[in-house]
Amino acid sequence: MSYLDLASDIVARARKQGADEAECVVREGSQFSVNVRLGEVDQVKDSGSKAIGLRVLQGSRAATTFSSDLSEEGLDALVKSAMETVGFTSEDPFNDLPEADQLGIAVDPADLGLYHDDVLALTAEQKIEMARSAEAAALDADPRIKNSEGGDCSSGWSQWTLANSRGFGGEYRSTHCSLSAVPVAESNGSKERDYWYSVSLNAAGLESPEEVGRRAAERTLRRLNPTKIATTEVPIVFEPGVARSLLGHIFQAASGDSVYRHASFFADKLGEEVAGKNVTVVDDGLRPGGMGSSPFDDEGVVSRRTTIIENGVLRSYLLNSYSARKLGLKTTGNASRGLAGSPGIGPGNFMLQPGEASPEEIIASVDRGLYVTELIGHGVNPVTGDYSRGAVGLWIEKGELTYPVSEVTIGGNLKEIFKDIEVIGSDLDYRSAFIVPTLKIRRMTIAGK
Amino acid sequence: MSFIQTRYNLTEADLGKYLGEALSKGGDYADLYFEYLSTTSASLDESIIKSASQGVSVGCGVRVISGEKTGYAYTNDLAPEKLIHAARTAAQIAAGPSQAKVADLDEPPRAHDLYPVVEAPSDVEFSQKVALLNAADTAARAYDKRIFQVEAGYQDSVRHVLVANSEGVIRSDTQPLTRMDVSVIAREGERLERGHDGTGGRVGLDYFQTERTPEDLAKEAARQAILQIGAKEAPAGEMPVVLGPGWPGILLHEAVGHGLEADFNRKEVSAFSGLIGQKVASELCTVIDDGQIPSRRGSLNVDDEGAPTGRAVLIENGILKGYLQDRLSSRILGTPPTGNGRRESYKHIPMPRMTNTFMLAGEDDPEDILRSVDRGLYCVNFGGGQVDITSGKFVFSASESYLIEGGRITRPVRGATLIGNGPDVLKKVSRVGHDLKLDRGIGTCGKEGQSVPVGVGIPTIKIDQLTVGGTNVLRARSNFQD
Repeated sequence: MSYLDLASDIVARARKQGADEAECVVREGSQFSVNVRLGEVDQVKDSGSKAIGLRVLQGSRAATTFSSDLSEEGLDALVKSAMETVGFTSEDPFNDLPEADQLGIAVDPADLGLYHDDVLALTAEQKIEMARSAEAAALDADPRIKNSEGGDCSSGWSQWTLANSRGFGGEYRSTHCSLSAVPVAESNGSKERDYWYSVSLNAAGLESPEEVGRRAAERTLRRLNPTKIATTEVPIVFEPGVARSLLGHIFQAASGDSVYRHASFFADKLGEEVAGKNVTVVDDGLRPGGMGSSPFDDEGVVSRRTTIIENGVLRSYLLNSYSARKLGLKTTGNASRGLAGSPGIGPGNFMLQPGEASPEEIIASVDRGLYVTELIGHGVNPVTGDYSRGAVGLWIEKGELTYPVSEVTIGGNLKEIFKDIEVIGSDLDYRSAFIVPTLKIRRMTIAGK
Repeated sequence: MSFIQTRYNLTEADLGKYLGEALSKGGDYADLYFEYLSTTSASLDESIIKSASQGVSVGCGVRVISGEKTGYAYTNDLAPEKLIHAARTAAQIAAGPSQAKVADLDEPPRAHDLYPVVEAPSDVEFSQKVALLNAADTAARAYDKRIFQVEAGYQDSVRHVLVANSEGVIRSDTQPLTRMDVSVIAREGERLERGHDGTGGRVGLDYFQTERTPEDLAKEAARQAILQIGAKEAPAGEMPVVLGPGWPGILLHEAVGHGLEADFNRKEVSAFSGLIGQKVASELCTVIDDGQIPSRRGSLNVDDEGAPTGRAVLIENGILKGYLQDRLSSRILGTPPTGNGRRESYKHIPMPRMTNTFMLAGEDDPEDILRSVDRGLYCVNFGGGQVDITSGKFVFSASESYLIEGGRITRPVRGATLIGNGPDVLKKVSRVGHDLKLDRGIGTCGKEGQSVPVGVGIPTIKIDQLTVGGTNVLRARSNFQD
């Protein structure tokens, strides 16, 4: 039986046992990963798994069950326990599957460029060699790099199938591969680690092992012998890899689930200025080859392109069908679910539109400030916007990167930080579903000595 | 016979056959980790039970070690041909003839039973779990009329595991894990603030009726949110910091615990590499990792490699004594295992992890410790933390803290991240209280993509100097200089 038939069959069984509506998802995936350390294979991992999830509605009550046991006995238990569980949840008039006119498949999955044979054609030996070469390039870059957490290469595929009792049935497959290196550098009693990675849906899209290793080495070396600077307020430049987290905070603030609970400082702000006039953010679920692309969302709603912030003004939230009903709006096709639990909100390709400045020009525009290359910790309050995180980076003096800085925090409030995005770079980083360039924030507090 | 052997009809001969396949290419050691995990959860939001979920996850991971190399494969189909396939896949890490040396399997007697739950949470009626959530909602809203959003969540799981290895050891365990959380938002005018509390452990549902009730959690979450409404900007810069007892022990987890995990040290990538026998803390500090505390969230009868858990002294009177070991690291380093080999699930390769990590009590009166600070910060609740193992820099985020002025707690300040250097921070501990407390039982530790439940604990301590990542630079300059 195909997974689509299996999912439809489970939906039918749930209906037969008393569910008014039902939705079933099946996920299968396989991944191979290798770690090579100091030239020797350290770990090889080969994995394959499948699992199934079911959501049932009875009246306006909802419940979910999931199982990795796809035997006849396991499937029976899946349906039976869903029907038992649904009796314990509350009536909630906002519970429903998406309206039938919202359901559908936006484009032929094959046209999204999510599945590539060249990933499947990679052999174990090739992946070991790629990991080995990436690490070797880092180790060879400089005598101060004598140690390493290794080079990693992985590849895999997954398939996602969804069927519901409103007649939706769809599935798509995707491939992915990645290559990374994590060198450790030592000099004058200072020991630092950094990394670089390349990730792609097709093997041809990966950076070469030499490039991955070279960039990892460069990033690690520039961190050696850092200084802890004095507490101050200065402009902060985020390189794309860390600016991504700021875009993530915009995503979280615009997520319908947090908005209807008032757990977001974007609640009640549609049509209002929430960021600088230079800020436009678009969520595009259909970008060909995008890490966040899909033909339909995890409730079977057609994927689409939605403008979230236009020239600083909040235009739309990101919504699944439940949060849309709660807010009196229409779903934006951003339902996201694993196998367990009710649907939440997920991004398509969530992109901050690029500006024209190169990263070099942005750095050159700063007299005294911090170029941030890594953030650690979780000091972000999504309700108030309070922001305080550990930072690592390079001090900017008269427009030039100078010495490394660590053991400081950067702080502020996201509501102001979004309005203080002074310059937006042109160097978009496409390595995740959050796509963002270098960003310069006018002013933030650095806590240090 | 264990739950898994009975349910899947796995005899010792079957297990021996799979282990034999795993060693068929000449590996030195192999183990099988079978897992049957059943979970239930329910959540309340806007005063109604919005979701409830039940699920089952089953699988087996096969590991083969050859020299220092690890091969790993897993399957969630326990049919014999799938297990053989996984074993042969993992076997590929070695390249040579089979040395066929699987010892006869035997389950040794248990050293202890740390979580004898009378009634497994999975056997309790769902209605009783839902009742806990409703009780929390009512109590939170009754606390103060400014509480306007309440979310409550309940989760339990029962994990049946079976570990069998090529040295002939077979071990099984049944591991309950239960938790409950309450999050609230308080509103006063335009100001919104959140509060959270949670609790749990390897306990049954009765824990929430007798030890810490939904009402206790609701009141604590509501208290924090209301308190934050009055909080001012946190100071920025270096100052003395006093940590309250219990959950602030996350300092130990981030600042020293991770850096003492043996995998990082055998690879010499930790800031603590090569420091055994050296002074890494003030002589007031003794830090322990103990996997044997009854009913605690971080405790295990046997670790996820089948080794009995223990009590490891990491730092004794300021001197670094040892690392947290898993099987592979202890073999490579030639040191005894400590029962710290853990994994998230059958999909994951075990590695050295913490269990319950805490500092032993000292002699100081907590009130005296506060009185000894002229200007500083008193932190009693934290969110998460993180550490860079190699540089040793760590952060942890205070969610409830107060200014200390003239030896007295004066007023609450907003959330702020604290940052320091692992190998230095405990050297600056100048006072240790007599009030050791363990946390509330909701800690989860992430490492290399694997999450495992852990515990922490600490008495009240004073750190003479730590960087506080607030935003108030002016106050830091005018009020926080000696």
